[in-house]
Amino acid sequence: MAYVARKIPFVGTPDTNPETKPFFQGADAGKLMVRRCTSCKKVHHYPRELCPFCFGNCEWQEASGKAKIYTFSVMERANPPYAIGYVTLEEGPSVLTNFVDCDFKALKIGQDVKVTFVKTEDGGPSLPFFTPA
Amino acid sequence: MSLKGAAYIAGAWEHPTRKAPDKSIALLHAECAKGALEDAGLTKDDVDGYFCAGDAPGGLGPLSMVDYMNLKCRHVDSTDVGGSSYQVAVGHAMEAIAAGRCNVALITLSGRPRSEGQATGTAPRPGNPAAPEMQFEFPYGPATANLYGMCAQRHMYEYGTTSEQLAWIKVAASHHAQHNPNAMLRDVVTVEDVVNSPMVSSPLHRLDCCVISDGGGALILTKPEIAKSLKRPLVKVIGVGESPKHQAGGEIDLTYTAARWSGPPAWAMAGIKPSDIKYASIYDSFTITVLMQLEDLGFCEKGQGGKFVADGNLISGVGKLPFNTDGGGLCSNHPANRGGITKIIEAVRQLRGEAHPAVQVPNCDLAIAHGTGGALGTRHCGSTVILERE
Repeated sequence: MAYVARKIPFVGTPDTNPETKPFFQGADAGKLMVRRCTSCKKVHHYPRELCPFCFGNCEWQEASGKAKIYTFSVMERANPPYAIGYVTLEEGPSVLTNFVDCDFKALKIGQDVKVTFVKTEDGGPSLPFFTPA
Repeated sequence: MSLKGAAYIAGAWEHPTRKAPDKSIALLHAECAKGALEDAGLTKDDVDGYFCAGDAPGGLGPLSMVDYMNLKCRHVDSTDVGGSSYQVAVGHAMEAIAAGRCNVALITLSGRPRSEGQATGTAPRPGNPAAPEMQFEFPYGPATANLYGMCAQRHMYEYGTTSEQLAWIKVAASHHAQHNPNAMLRDVVTVEDVVNSPMVSSPLHRLDCCVISDGGGALILTKPEIAKSLKRPLVKVIGVGESPKHQAGGEIDLTYTAARWSGPPAWAMAGIKPSDIKYASIYDSFTITVLMQLEDLGFCEKGQGGKFVADGNLISGVGKLPFNTDGGGLCSNHPANRGGITKIIEAVRQLRGEAHPAVQVPNCDLAIAHGTGGALGTRHCGSTVILERE
């Protein structure tokens, strides 16, 4: 089952939540930005100002974009079908995403994937998607 | 102080409708309230505590519904965690009754997603963009079916669970639904029917998914003295537990549910173990939901759910653990896209000996009604209720 591009919706704007605006600015520049805690050093996702592990302060860091598929599900009822999944980033956290530019039937848990960026509709920001490495 | 036995379920009523385009959601709530009060042998004026969740119309928790039904309450609670809110409400009502904050608690659920044409499981529904996760999830199309599909996919990967094993859960539900005149799907299906039904979101097929129905239900909880003054069989609440599970900052593990945490306090309060249970109502938004919750509640070892549910083990009169004998959400009813209250209602029927004779469990004295609200793939709340016939 081949990937067919679909319109990617976005709710609100990157200004809706000032806390996460740099994530979308990074995506528009082709960078996957994650938050690392300056105290416990752990990386988390989705990004927050305060570390969800220790409430320490965090700083932005560019992720490598390398990840492995944790799980996936192909929504065959949708037109076009799309593949949602979690990928586990090299930096630690698992993030929700879609898989693009691939044969959905060939997706496998544990597979190596890499980040790519897709623009959301109506002039919204770019977002990270993943494709086989 | 243990809350065990601090409240009884004195009234339980399920709305018979599965499609109600001619009724308002408020009316459905009120009809359910009336039905449960009549079942208990109480009146509207006896209610002094009201419990509802996000399906109650109006913007401020219980306020619109206590106004509409003209209830005079000393205590209200509108904790909303989706489909398990009603298990949570049983626990909260028991606490309120034990604390003397109310004597007769009414819990209602109603909705009409079917009449409103909701594509509940296959169309992502945008929420408030200020919800902190919204902009990181909604663009990727999280529609209920694929959030559970991801759990099933990982469970299969870790434990070798198969689509055929999942199908047995639907098969069991359909065996029960054939006896329920109100059930939406009354045809008995086979494993082959399930695995050959169209794929919705891999690996979940159409028949792995629950129905979309209008309707609702209500419960009346009272303090022991009141329950014992009424004419209905006594159904005592002996164990409750609730716990949310979420993405944990990105430390995702989709192989288990919050039942792993909501179950132990309920078992401990009740002082019983899974093998004591005669009947189980297990939340069945999807077949995988049932399988994972059975493992997490301790009915079998983690990863052995597939073997446990296979070969009719959940069919009343056939297997070891009769489940969802009304047909459950998979075949009968999932009103307001929330199946929690119907789980408790069928458990009450079983304990009273009022289930359909074809599915009634003999000498049913201990039952569990477990719910999952939200989505297993992102955030959800598990809530466990254990009931005893006295």
